[in-house]
Amino acid sequence: MDTLLDIFSSANFWAAAIRIATPLIFGVLGALLCERAGVLNLGIEGIFVAGAMAGWLAVYLGAGLWGGVLIAALAGAMFGLLHAFLTVILGLSQHVSGIGITLLATSASYFTYRTTLPDVSSPPRIIPYQPIAVPGLSDLPFLGPALFQQTLFTWLALALVALVAFVLYRTPLGLAIRAVGDNPASVEAQGLSVRGLRIGAVVIGSALMALGGAFLTMSAFDAFFFGMVNGRGWICIALVVFASWQPGKALLGALLFGAFDAFQIRLQAEIGQVVPGQVFLMMPYLLSILALVLVARKADYPRALLQPWTKGQRH
Amino acid sequence: MTEPNLLLSLTNITKRFGALVANDDISLDLREGEILALLGENGAGKTTLMNILFGHYVQDDGIVRVRTDAEGMTTLPPGSPGAALAAGVGMVHQHFTLAENLSGLDNIRLGTEALLSFGQRATARARIEKIIAVSGLEVDIDRRVADLTVGEKQRVEILKALYRDARVLILDEPTAVLTPQEAEGLFAVLRRLAANGLGVIFISHKLGEVLAVSHRIMVLRAGRKAGELTTAEADRRAIADLMVGKALAEVTRTPGSIGKALLEFDNVCLGKPSTRTALRQVSFKLRAGEIVGLAGISGNGQTTIAALLSGLAVPDRGTLRLYGQPMTMTSPRRLVEAGVARMPEDRQHDGVVGTMSVAENIAIEEVRSPELSRLGFLDRNAMRARAESAIAAYDVRCPGPDAEARLLSGGNVQKLILARVLEREPRIILANQPTRGLDIGAQAEVHRRIIAARDRGAAVLVISEDLDELFALADRFLVVHAGEVAEAGPADTLDRATIGLMMAGQSRTTEPLAQ
Repeated sequence: MDTLLDIFSSANFWAAAIRIATPLIFGVLGALLCERAGVLNLGIEGIFVAGAMAGWLAVYLGAGLWGGVLIAALAGAMFGLLHAFLTVILGLSQHVSGIGITLLATSASYFTYRTTLPDVSSPPRIIPYQPIAVPGLSDLPFLGPALFQQTLFTWLALALVALVAFVLYRTPLGLAIRAVGDNPASVEAQGLSVRGLRIGAVVIGSALMALGGAFLTMSAFDAFFFGMVNGRGWICIALVVFASWQPGKALLGALLFGAFDAFQIRLQAEIGQVVPGQVFLMMPYLLSILALVLVARKADYPRALLQPWTKGQRH
Repeated sequence: MTEPNLLLSLTNITKRFGALVANDDISLDLREGEILALLGENGAGKTTLMNILFGHYVQDDGIVRVRTDAEGMTTLPPGSPGAALAAGVGMVHQHFTLAENLSGLDNIRLGTEALLSFGQRATARARIEKIIAVSGLEVDIDRRVADLTVGEKQRVEILKALYRDARVLILDEPTAVLTPQEAEGLFAVLRRLAANGLGVIFISHKLGEVLAVSHRIMVLRAGRKAGELTTAEADRRAIADLMVGKALAEVTRTPGSIGKALLEFDNVCLGKPSTRTALRQVSFKLRAGEIVGLAGISGNGQTTIAALLSGLAVPDRGTLRLYGQPMTMTSPRRLVEAGVARMPEDRQHDGVVGTMSVAENIAIEEVRSPELSRLGFLDRNAMRARAESAIAAYDVRCPGPDAEARLLSGGNVQKLILARVLEREPRIILANQPTRGLDIGAQAEVHRRIIAARDRGAAVLVISEDLDELFALADRFLVVHAGEVAEAGPADTLDRATIGLMMAGQSRTTEPLAQ
């Protein structure tokens, strides 16, 4: 019992939870934007890899950290454009296209890494984002270390939650995105472009996903490894359902998952001799399945999710 | 050059879908303050024409012109709903184009404000409230559309058009989903709007309402203009003939001789009591030689009653009696073998297997009978022979017994189903929406067959949302509302208004509330 209390009362634990949650926040926001417009984007896992690789490589080649962020976002947007072309313009299966994008983006990233750096044996390092201390606030007990050990990249994620929520709920654009995911006919009948809205949402959403990947190589770590994304994209797809397609709940879901993960790492250190380590690694996923079972049965899916739209179709 | 109060003019519109000519050289004018009814059977081209006007379809030939200012008419670019909206054309589709996850207010605003702006919610609300006050389109615009009734959704649709300063309002089959009272309310709104100078195009295949609400009638038939006349000089009979293209024989009905009860519902309950479609203590009888009409707005339990009669469900509580015996352990097959004929609501989906042949679909309920099988194997020759005689007897228009059922039109699918179920001389018939979506000719044929089956001594339950159909068929009325079935009485003691009130949930014994 004391062990648990120690873990939960430690500022380091919460700092780690937020750090683990950050890439998920980007990913879940991106997936949410795509799905709100009616497009499932299973390319997310590959787009994470592409973002991680592109951002890191840009910095390594001297683009600067913010230049890296921009390149990562562009890489994501490019794969988003491909997904949008296949699913929105051609109306192909969103599942098949998404999985194809994941395979393509992952291998293309590894390929680029290998061809750009053919001779390296151990992954080269960059100087990543550093935690920023805010004078005064950082010295607050508990809250200070938990929040202010974070980098600007994390603050960007939190700001984006607010921005996406604002756009979705407070602007005519958000109105149109929510409408196009529910009933595209409503959007077309009001003279807006169904395709335009969906392509835009998928491209921007994919750019956000890529930032999730870039966070891994540019803030959480300082290098690019094969397999480093490790299912984070898939977790985001589940978190969107958990969040009922709402940005606020998406943040909550990502933080909960981050806390589970940080918790299992610490628990592993405490009682790892008794229980095999793999059990701990499973824990966050088991808990997310449990959370989904509890929440998702009542999930209010965007009604037009997965449905392609053809202008002038007989309906 | 153009007459001053002309609002809209379509000239020589032609549209083809493959080999089908949906609109053949149609011209149409609409003036201020006018309600023009566009009348025609299914497939006559009404909706296609309006979809061209609104830019959902691109015409192959012809032009659409709309008055945009006092001086003259502007030609609309084909295939642009945005341009039609901007020119003041508003359309209320048969299938509503509303985002159900948004409020009425947000649906109305959608697309009217710059996407990259903060929006004008408060201003929009004030304007909409003003429009509601002027038009009488009462609806709570802050509720999610998903929570509105069908009639309220329709009002939101009309508000959408008015909010964009529509000067031409197109309504596609607007009364299909309304109770008679709601339809009356809609007509009142339309008259009010027309009096204020709006031009209205009212698409319908129901003669009665067209005569009630319009000033002028244009009849389409098979993609062409079949005639145009003012409502004042119109006569029901003449218009019906124009729609069908030939003189129609009236379906006549003589009083039947009523026998004993063949099927009884005794306090039947089924479904979660919190839902509208759950049955609550339903009791009624179907007697030999009698057609019972079940009236009600869709979604009030009709589907559940149909499922019970089809053997797809069993009651949670209460008893179903078939020929006086309680029905236990029911299944569709047992019911079919016991002489129950079923005409399902969604005939294309539940009535036939689209990828199977006409012959197979006709035989499908009887594949175990000795006539159609030998030693447990299908007798294809017998099936084909049965199909050939059915095709001839029921006038099923199809390339032949081997044609796939999905290629048949709705009317011919229904004739196929009639052939399948009536040839066995069933004792109980469930006809669920028997003529929905059929043209007048096919409708009359289906009605004749149902009445003939009754005269033979069958007990018939007709479930329909079309009161005209029920009055044409039923000897006795039941009304279902929120899962409760009320006895309304013999058809000749009833009128539409009484049934309408019961459909809206007022029991017959209580006085209608004073307005």
